[in-house]
Amino acid sequence: MQDWANWALETARVRGATYADARVMDLRQRDLSTKNGEVGTLAETESLGIGVRVVAEGAWGFASTDRLTREGVQACAAQAVAIARASALAKRHEVVLAPEQAYVDTWQNPYIKDPFRIPLERQLDLLLAADAEMRQVAGVTLTETSMQFRRIEQLFASSIGSLIHQVKMQSGCGIAATSFAANEIQKRTYPNSFGGQHMLQGYELVESLDLAGHAQRVGEEAVALHKATQCPEGVRTILLDGGQLGLQVHESVGHPIELDRVLGMEANFAGMSFLTLDKLRTLRYGSDIVNVVADARLAHGPGLGTFGYDDEGVPAQCTDIIKEGLFTGYLSNRETAAAIGESRSNGTMRTESWNRLPIIRMTNVSLLPGTWALDDLIADTDDAILMETNRSWSIDDRRYHFQFSTEIGWEIRGGKKIRMLKNPSYSGITTEFWNSCDAICSRQHWTLWGTPNCGKGQPMQTMGTGHGAAPARFRNIKVGVAFSK
Amino acid sequence: MAAAHLPSEAEIRRLAERIFKLSEADETEVQIDFTSDALTRFANNTIHQNVAERMLSVSVRTVFDRCTARATTNKTDEESLRRVVAASATLARSRPRNPDLLPMSGPQKYPRVERFFPATAAASPEDRAAPSPRVVTITARTGQTAAGIFSTGAMQSALANSRGLSAHYRQTRAEFSISVLEENSSGWAKANSPDIADIAPDALAESASQKAIASRAPRELAPGHYTVILEPAAALDVVGFLFYDFSATAVRDQRSCLTERLGKQVMGQNITLWDDVCHPLQLGAPFDGEGLPRQKVLLVERGVPRNLVYSRAAAKKMNVQATGHGLSLPNEWGEAPMNLVFGGGTASLQEMISSTDSGILVTRLWYIREVDPYEKILTGMTRDGTFLVEGGRVVAGVRNFRFNQSVLEMLSNVEMLGPAVRASGEEAFEMVVPAMKVRGFHFTEVTKF
Repeated sequence: MQDWANWALETARVRGATYADARVMDLRQRDLSTKNGEVGTLAETESLGIGVRVVAEGAWGFASTDRLTREGVQACAAQAVAIARASALAKRHEVVLAPEQAYVDTWQNPYIKDPFRIPLERQLDLLLAADAEMRQVAGVTLTETSMQFRRIEQLFASSIGSLIHQVKMQSGCGIAATSFAANEIQKRTYPNSFGGQHMLQGYELVESLDLAGHAQRVGEEAVALHKATQCPEGVRTILLDGGQLGLQVHESVGHPIELDRVLGMEANFAGMSFLTLDKLRTLRYGSDIVNVVADARLAHGPGLGTFGYDDEGVPAQCTDIIKEGLFTGYLSNRETAAAIGESRSNGTMRTESWNRLPIIRMTNVSLLPGTWALDDLIADTDDAILMETNRSWSIDDRRYHFQFSTEIGWEIRGGKKIRMLKNPSYSGITTEFWNSCDAICSRQHWTLWGTPNCGKGQPMQTMGTGHGAAPARFRNIKVGVAFSK
Repeated sequence: MAAAHLPSEAEIRRLAERIFKLSEADETEVQIDFTSDALTRFANNTIHQNVAERMLSVSVRTVFDRCTARATTNKTDEESLRRVVAASATLARSRPRNPDLLPMSGPQKYPRVERFFPATAAASPEDRAAPSPRVVTITARTGQTAAGIFSTGAMQSALANSRGLSAHYRQTRAEFSISVLEENSSGWAKANSPDIADIAPDALAESASQKAIASRAPRELAPGHYTVILEPAAALDVVGFLFYDFSATAVRDQRSCLTERLGKQVMGQNITLWDDVCHPLQLGAPFDGEGLPRQKVLLVERGVPRNLVYSRAAAKKMNVQATGHGLSLPNEWGEAPMNLVFGGGTASLQEMISSTDSGILVTRLWYIREVDPYEKILTGMTRDGTFLVEGGRVVAGVRNFRFNQSVLEMLSNVEMLGPAVRASGEEAFEMVVPAMKVRGFHFTEVTKF
């Protein structure tokens, strides 16, 4: 790997680049799935290549290749410089990077069991057992299970002298039961929707989630939803479970704090942000109990946004995003940090693969836990709807107005869950929503959820992000609009 | 980015032969994909990203006693090919036997489609950078800011198996997209084509610029049911969510909105829809993931869903003929139509506006997600050019709406259709879709801009 990186950096230097970095990435992925008791997808993928990013004549260029001969790598680096020179034809200012020191280091996330060494038969047996449990529930018409494992080995080298080797092992799994009846499709999933839970862990994550142990409940709830009362329309108090709240953090905090979005660089596709620069350290983003951090350090937990160094060689950091309700920080890289006068990037440049340019991505953007026990919070709530497990999500291109729906809801009256509600949904304006938060559950209920499918950039990149959240309560929220007539 | 960088058909065939020799499986299938893409991205009136990639994918599916699995690599040295064949075999032998697994298909005949344009494949970084200063000149006249992309690329794809099937396809692609921003308004335009000569960046920039001007100081309107005029990109991003519903496997799994609705009048009589890979405005290989030729299928006739698409396995289970829409095996999804073509009408956008007493003109939609899979209720936002139409003319920009709207209901309420065009949005893949004038479209909330 080091030879390839060195060839790239040397070629870039000789061709006139004033800065260059190279990422060699070796990716391995395993996907398994079942449907209705039969094995569906069974596949492994590996991909090895190099991406070279340069500044020449004050402008950016990037090229990538999987031709890992000396000739192939040198041609790739030369192409990156040529592209930078073409970029310079339309530049308005020189690229300026916030200072960063050189690092020579290795980093690997800890895990107990290498999922690629667990026999496939054992993995399939686990999925098929959960699938069978769900199919035993009368009324379940479709059952699905899946596992996904990913190993990412990468070497980063830069012209300032960094040489960083990292290995990340990622695991994920989930189950889903669907019930079609009386012109209605209802679905329940575990431990989360859209592929389940994903973390920077080994196979021990899968074993800890006990898919088969939750399968019957998942099936029964999918069927029971047909007979549940429709979620009412109106303004209500809501409680959100940690999984749903993790996605709420992702969409209404994580994306608007991306500094490339704020500065207009994503305007054509992902959009911009309501968090214009004047709002930094002045905007009351949420109520006093709302504290959000972007934390890529292992100390925060083994999330999909955990690493040793980001993809431009900046060490993992913890940044206060919302401190006691006040908006205090963006996600930055070396270029955007310099653009707004910050002394240093807070280390959020990430790339999907060797063939993609690193861009600003969420790390682990987490709502810090509060003090409530969940039972006490429910007991303290007189009239509310508890919503669990995301079903759909949508937010405008400046991240003001959102609408979410969840798989299941529960009506709370007099401090007790009294009945199931189907088709729950809620909507609102980001800052109004976070300012309405009046209770957050404690660390005992806090989970670092993984979102493996965050899309951003042109060309599109899919990235895994982490979002810690515990159940929380919000007052005066619009509910039921999604199904209004 | 020169066309010569694409491997030849003979080179790809030789690579497949090397893999067949390494495999001891009952049957072996090789899928080889090569892509060479580049994209120039501008924002704040300057180029800020400029990238190129070259990527090969060699995917091997083996079958042992009705057990199958897939392994994929991007390396072609002998050791890597040996390892990918062995990985596929290990995976296949690990799974339970599938008595329903069909033998691989033998040789097929495919319709000829020509979608490779050397000038597109040969586009240089300078070619992609060249429109940027011109676009900035157009938008800077009125103090606007431009952001967008210009991408070009070439790909080729080959599928071969040990029963003699051999399919090969190549295409080029050029795409230009622009957003033009003002203090409180924006406009957008986008086009793509296999032929770079079809892309007119200056005209697209002019259109987006005019939309930003026309939507200045947007009014806030109350949510409600409105007559809407959906430009083709907006119509595409809604109706595009229907594509998997025409999968026979989805209907069999009872997760399609067409479950128990085939043969029933669920859309208006002015809605007819095909899947047709050979349509002159379509892109994509004329064969599916199983190597079968993609057939033209009438999906909806005058508002009545008539047919589905079938993989070989789904066709056998449902006792019909496969239509050539299967996904690469093994998978749990079955098949999907990838080349949707709506029957259009004759109304121009101006005629739709002129005939509207009160309504909303929508340029583009954003962040669309499914709220209810059977009623096919979608939610999303308008974006980059939303206008109030009164008395037959566009009178003002309006703040962006959130919608919650059943697609089936929407397609039952279409009052006018424009000519079907190759539409390009951001939520659905490109299809051939007309502009639509729709009554009773449900906007449920309004955002702050």
